[in-house]
Amino acid sequence: MSGDTTNGLIGDRVTRTEDAEFVTGQAEYTDDIATSNAAHAAVLRSQHAHAKVHDIDTSAAEELDGVIAVYTAEDMEEAETSAPRKIPSMSTDYIQVEPELFRPVIASDRVHYQGEPLAIALAEDRYTANDAVDRIEVDYERLESVTDPEAAIEDDAPTLFEDYPNNIAYDWEFGDKDEVDEAFEDAEYVASASVDEQRLIPDPLEPRATVADYDSSSNELSIQMSTQTPHSDRHAIAGILRHPENKIHVQVPRVGGGFGAKIHNYDVESLVPWCARELERPVRWQATRSEIHQTSSHGRGLNLEGEAAFDEDGKLLGVRVDGLADLGGYVSSHVHMLTTVLCIEVINSQYELPKLYSRIRGALTNATCLDSYRGVHEVAAITFIERLMHESAKEIGMDPAELRRRNQIPADAFPYETVTGTVYDSGNYQQALEKTLDVLEYDELRERQEELREDGRYLGIGLSAYTHVSGVGPADVCKEYGIFKTHWESGRITVHQSGTVTAYCGTMDFGMGHQTSYAQIVADKLGIPIEDVEIIEGDTRHLNDGVGTHASRSLVVGGSALAESADDVIEKGRSIVAHQLEAPEEDIEFEDGEFWVKGAPERSMTIQEVGSQAHRAWDVPGEPGLEATTYYLPEQMAITSGVHAAVVEVDPDTGEVEFERYLSVDDAGNRINPQIVEGQLHGGIAQGISQALYEDVVYDDNGNMVTSTLQDYAMPKSFHVPEVETVELSTPAPDNPLGAKGVGETGPIAGNAAVLNAVVDALEPLGFDGSEVDTPLTPEKIWKGVNDQD
Amino acid sequence: MYPSEFDYERAETVDHALELLSGDPEAKIISGGHSLIPMMKSGLANPGTLVDIGEIDELTGIEWDDDTVSVGALTTYATIADDDELWDELPVLAEAAHEVGDIQVRNRGTIGGNVAHGDPASDLPAAVLAADATVVVQGPDGERRIDVDDFFLGMYATELGEDEILTGLEFPRSENATTTGAYVKKPSPSSGYALVGVAVSLEVDDGRIESARVAANGIMDHGVRLEPVEDGLVGESLDDVSFEDVAAVADEDLEEFMMMDDIQASAEFRAQLLKVYTEEALNDAVDRLDASLPTA
Ligand SMILES: Cc1cc2nc3c(=O)[nH]c(=O)nc-3n(C[C@H](O)[C@H](O)[C@H](O)COP(=O)(O)OP(=O)(O)OC[C@H]3O[C@@H](n4cnc5c(N)ncnc54)[C@H](O)[C@@H]3O)c2cc1C
Repeated sequence: MSGDTTNGLIGDRVTRTEDAEFVTGQAEYTDDIATSNAAHAAVLRSQHAHAKVHDIDTSAAEELDGVIAVYTAEDMEEAETSAPRKIPSMSTDYIQVEPELFRPVIASDRVHYQGEPLAIALAEDRYTANDAVDRIEVDYERLESVTDPEAAIEDDAPTLFEDYPNNIAYDWEFGDKDEVDEAFEDAEYVASASVDEQRLIPDPLEPRATVADYDSSSNELSIQMSTQTPHSDRHAIAGILRHPENKIHVQVPRVGGGFGAKIHNYDVESLVPWCARELERPVRWQATRSEIHQTSSHGRGLNLEGEAAFDEDGKLLGVRVDGLADLGGYVSSHVHMLTTVLCIEVINSQYELPKLYSRIRGALTNATCLDSYRGVHEVAAITFIERLMHESAKEIGMDPAELRRRNQIPADAFPYETVTGTVYDSGNYQQALEKTLDVLEYDELRERQEELREDGRYLGIGLSAYTHVSGVGPADVCKEYGIFKTHWESGRITVHQSGTVTAYCGTMDFGMGHQTSYAQIVADKLGIPIEDVEIIEGDTRHLNDGVGTHASRSLVVGGSALAESADDVIEKGRSIVAHQLEAPEEDIEFEDGEFWVKGAPERSMTIQEVGSQAHRAWDVPGEPGLEATTYYLPEQMAITSGVHAAVVEVDPDTGEVEFERYLSVDDAGNRINPQIVEGQLHGGIAQGISQALYEDVVYDDNGNMVTSTLQDYAMPKSFHVPEVETVELSTPAPDNPLGAKGVGETGPIAGNAAVLNAVVDALEPLGFDGSEVDTPLTPEKIWKGVNDQD
Repeated sequence: MYPSEFDYERAETVDHALELLSGDPEAKIISGGHSLIPMMKSGLANPGTLVDIGEIDELTGIEWDDDTVSVGALTTYATIADDDELWDELPVLAEAAHEVGDIQVRNRGTIGGNVAHGDPASDLPAAVLAADATVVVQGPDGERRIDVDDFFLGMYATELGEDEILTGLEFPRSENATTTGAYVKKPSPSSGYALVGVAVSLEVDDGRIESARVAANGIMDHGVRLEPVEDGLVGESLDDVSFEDVAAVADEDLEEFMMMDDIQASAEFRAQLLKVYTEEALNDAVDRLDASLPTA
């Protein structure tokens, strides 16, 4: 970008300004931080998935040269500083989570999954810390374990918590069952589908890491960590460690990915500052890849099965759905919301659905805790309804595109309140579907599919029409959902005396390009060169309040906070200009970085001059300085939507799936930086494809994780992902000042179903049963599905 | 992630390396380190001493004489896969080296390390079986030459003794017939290693298959020859033979209960892939005959 291009930055494909440091290896991540005199931490993790712990003997570890200390839960109870509490999960009006089910930061007498922390060793170097861990002796009494949620709720299953004999942590219902059953009685057609969602590992290239230091004279805990939510971490750690929140400072270096796994409050992230406080010296910890696989929250793991009822025209009458979530060993901070209300809020996707009944249960299992992963449980919802539409079309004998067309919410119906009470703000679903079919040359493609089948070649076309909630609000909805901190965001803009600008936002970039997109907004609004804008995130001292980056919210909410702060800065600037040029405020115009008196353009001041005057403050009407802070709270959700289509060819002899095409047609409202939006789509779609075809967390019968390394866990590589074609559509979001809709999570939400539908479509003539697909659809499962039919 | 403590010695010559090995039962050779170091980091190997042979020049390089090609143990996959003469005369080896891992792995990993390691899922065992290699080994009692058919014994088990060093592999050059070959694999989506890999080496004279060596990785606990396939090929004319039929017996001599069976693929599915990939390898080998240029 050249320095003089100012106006019109919003909407430009500005090349990401942050990338140089990443591609040259200059970026500083948490483990790159230099510390002197730091103790290195290593964690003893339970080797068993389910066991009683009778004794932990740390004496041999403590004797090792270079070991500073070893702490167990018992040691922490007896220590000087208060022992850590459990990690809380927020109860809501609809789901009560008893403290018994909270995840402890360190286990004492019982472990519920393999990898649960039992002790932390601190040593002068990392190798010694790990050697110390190897010398700790644990007296376990192994208990029978269960990792399959269906098996966990059987009567004869081992029990994780005495008060939950069937391992059911919650049983949540929505809608009137009788009413929905009636709709099914009147139906002309009924079809069913099930989504048996495997667990996935959100696997950021940078594993979790923390460096903590404690200053006893000020009682200050300084924490540097790899996180998506520094302010929430500060609050959580304050609670867990019983430390004053205003004495905790969280600072975030560059973050190498998060995908939703760096939102939750984790055990070691509290143990490390606890040790720093206890030892009064810096403590550092860097997780290994296997630690991440075993102990960072897993995603997906929600099974949904159900039916749809249609009238004779193929119009939806009702949907019934039964869900079972595989929670793991405890109830992690957000999982109960994500697998219930936040799942079904989009379960009707783009369709007019008059009636819905759903029941979702959460099963405790001897596995890693489940929580958010990019797309959260909207993935299950959209996969379910889109698979169901595909299966229903077959049942009705109608083309799947036509069935969708007949049920889409009309473009003039917005705002539209869905059967779940979600308010869809805007959209044009017909346009997205027709555009998709157009680009695909759908009718010709169907003809080609027929021809190829005659040659024994199996082409499949999969559609996935989605909606996605971004920018969750308003406050009463957040309250109803039980979101413990309403999804506002704060943004501050400071114009310095020299005219350069620093903008602060409470979100946290971990790869998405905030530095560029936010700078575009601020520079465009203020009419200044983009390189004059510095963006700062991830420091609780720079900006006291924030919510963080997740739920496709940063641009929509954080970007809006900055946009409104920019407006406020301009208003304050206007008052200064009016005062200094002795004209009424309403006569002061502003455009392209310049204020002038209406009708007298020679009487003008640039925003840089105003900044200078505001700081000099020899002659300003109000307070000195030129700065504004906004806490932006959405009044409405920004509903992103679109249609994805996958065209694949499947080889029934090898079960191999080859992509011919992947098309992503998305309405993300106004795109601040279309290139960054497309980048988000590409990455998300890779994860959707991977859920459909590759990735899978596997436990053996004893609850040992078999996929604890990337040798066994199929994270997608570039060659697994086809070229993605994107088409931009836009109905601007009416509520936020940018008209933007979040796009971060749409790829996996739409992608999984598009691919599954394409594979099922390809195999239809071979008798493959599409109503119950077991994902990932590996070549072996496809081959067996085609060849082992009973 | 964090290996146990170990000593490190750099060997200057093969004799020096043998000396370092013989004094120490806990010592292990390190070549490219691309199998050994991951095993040390995951705790599967805990050598007391690493004997680094990486700087012994005499172990590197490809040499041609009238009837053999010798490939030094330290020759990297990248060197092999970049060698036009090998693509021409020993395509099965060049292609297998080309199929290993990614570029970083090919730049570091060595043919000797791969063959010595005896990993059932690695790519070179089938290729060296198909190419009829002789494995050259140095030990305390001097040199041994092992027929490749006797070399692979089981999972990570080979004929190589603990105190021996694999110094190179020799491959026969054919005199009259035209040699062709191919290596194809079905990579695991996670590791990239072969779920099944099939290597084919054919000598063809005047449109007739004079001799055939066909071998596979990934299917059994070590690389194996597929003799029923070979039997179906030898003596056949290229115009008449049906590779589909020939490949259909690929698993015939293999004991099903001994087949690899894990979360990546069941034995049953591997047997299916073996047939499909055997057919593909045969087709590729014949296509290569027709092509005037190597397909590097
Ligand atoms: C990311 C990754 C992907 C990979 N993908 C593949 C793949 O797709 N296909 C594949 O085939 N391989 C793959 N590999 C393994 C790679 O090919 C290794 O290089 C090879 O298996 C071993 O060769 P090396 O030279 O690295 O041996 P090292 O790791 O140094 O040694 C391996 C073993 O052999 C012994 N050894 C080594 N050299 C000798 C010798 N000259 N004499 C006696 N003993 C010796 C060592 O003591 C050790 O036990 C991959 C490795 C990595 C890290």
